Amino acid sequence: MIAATEDEISGAESIALTQARRARIAASFEKRLQSLPARIAERSRPVTPALLVEKLTKRYGSVDAVQDVSFTIARGETLGLLGSNGAGKTTTIGMIMGLVTPSQGLARVFGHDMSQAPYEILHRANFVSPYVQMPAKLTVRENLLGFGRLYGVTDLKRRIEELAEQFAIVDLLDRVTGGLSAGQKTRAALAKALLNTPGLLLLDEPTASLDPESADWIRGLLEEYRELHGASILLASHNMEEVERLCDKVVIMHKGRIVEAGAPWRLMTDYDCADLHEVFLEVCWRHSAADQESSPGPLD
Amino acid sequence: MIASLRRIAGMTQRYWRLLISSWPRVLELVYWPMMQILVWGTLQIYLSEQFSNFAQISGSLVGGVLLFDVLVRGQLGLSVTFLEEMWSNNLGNLLMSPLRPGELVASMLLMSLVRTLIGLAPVCIVALLVFNFNVFQLGPGLALFFLNLLATSWAIGLLVSGLVLRYGVAAESLAWSLVFALLPVCCVYYPVYVLPEWLQPLSLALAPTYVFEGLRAMLFERSFQADLMLRAASLNALYLAAAYFGFLRLLKGARDSGSLLSRAE
Repeated sequence: MIAATEDEISGAESIALTQARRARIAASFEKRLQSLPARIAERSRPVTPALLVEKLTKRYGSVDAVQDVSFTIARGETLGLLGSNGAGKTTTIGMIMGLVTPSQGLARVFGHDMSQAPYEILHRANFVSPYVQMPAKLTVRENLLGFGRLYGVTDLKRRIEELAEQFAIVDLLDRVTGGLSAGQKTRAALAKALLNTPGLLLLDEPTASLDPESADWIRGLLEEYRELHGASILLASHNMEEVERLCDKVVIMHKGRIVEAGAPWRLMTDYDCADLHEVFLEVCWRHSAADQESSPGPLD
Repeated sequence: MIASLRRIAGMTQRYWRLLISSWPRVLELVYWPMMQILVWGTLQIYLSEQFSNFAQISGSLVGGVLLFDVLVRGQLGLSVTFLEEMWSNNLGNLLMSPLRPGELVASMLLMSLVRTLIGLAPVCIVALLVFNFNVFQLGPGLALFFLNLLATSWAIGLLVSGLVLRYGVAAESLAWSLVFALLPVCCVYYPVYVLPEWLQPLSLALAPTYVFEGLRAMLFERSFQADLMLRAASLNALYLAAAYFGFLRLLKGARDSGSLLSRAE
């Protein structure tokens, strides 16, 4: 939309728009830091990060699905995990959550090695993914009760009512989950993800099936949750506007490797792009071109 | 410990709600055992009328059908509970939660017991009213027969669930068919000595064989042979432990191969 508009506007106005956008994002970032002095003070102390990923690698035969991936998410920080389809994002998340055993490297959630003792810490994390569903034959309430018991949530019924109000699913609680629309299921899944008030949230396309208004509202709820609880978030998303809004920093994956990392506004400055969408395209294009140059031609 | 029990209770309660939320699920529990008892019970009546000698052993036919159904229902009760998690794309939710594998297994075992009882209770009533076979005439031995067969069914169910976890759809058909491989060698309807000599050691290595031999001893000789039940229990302890560790091993294999990611997706 911005690119189409900018074609019709003069070059000087386009530059002004880009600079204003970068300034707005940088200001929002600064505001977040300054508005929570306690969180800043806490972050400056040497505390265990919410998530430490060190040289994480997953090899399937001769293919490296994920290679040497390292990043850290501090307490209260949000990191965006970006990449094209097949870049290795889902495998990386799988290794972090203990679904996939890494070939090398480690992932520590609040200091616990996820390949050794995942159950000790999983009650402090939760996730949302469009690929994982709650049992369709149960009502939303039954599903939330079931998951609440798994996570050891105290005062569970009150917590469910609280989340139902927050995510506007009060009227849906006694409806069968399988009969909900995609957007309603997403809100129910997000309610499930916050049942145990997790310190680490892994969100894989959390607003993918929501209309723009609902998606914006959900982003606001996630920001509130993060501010209130100092939660850390790993966000995998193709929605760059969402990433710009929520993330303190991003990593971009390409063919299993991290090829770029940094704060969104800094990447936009470094790549001289109007938004993160353009940065992402630029990074992907550069690395695809490099892959083509390095792969042998027909006569080699 | 308490947290663990709460998780098991939570899972079992969830499985129970899933079961009663769907009348076809409940009907399916009763349907096949009922068909079995009606067919074999009617055959028993016919053969008893035609051949006077048959009447002496007719109880073992219906009794064998009922007890073999414990094996089938118990195994399916566990396997189907697990498969439903896969079919509903809910496995990722469970594997990325604080639920330990042992707790998942415990809740599936409990649900298998519930499904088996639901399936067999009406059938036992029909066996009594229509075919004059009172399963409770087996006395206290009935509980031991039941528990031993259930333990075997759990071992098979765990193995099948682990194979499905590791190898996916390709292994699903085993959930429906593997238990029937025991039918000829567990001597459900005939004693062990009827089998070819080379097959008898295999038969005697299976716990259900001792249960069915025990059944025949109860019906024909009116004696409860505790040694048979002890042998069955010992074999079951071994197989159940092997099946549980096999399940854990297959779960690890699924994590190593990344196949859980596609199951979760």
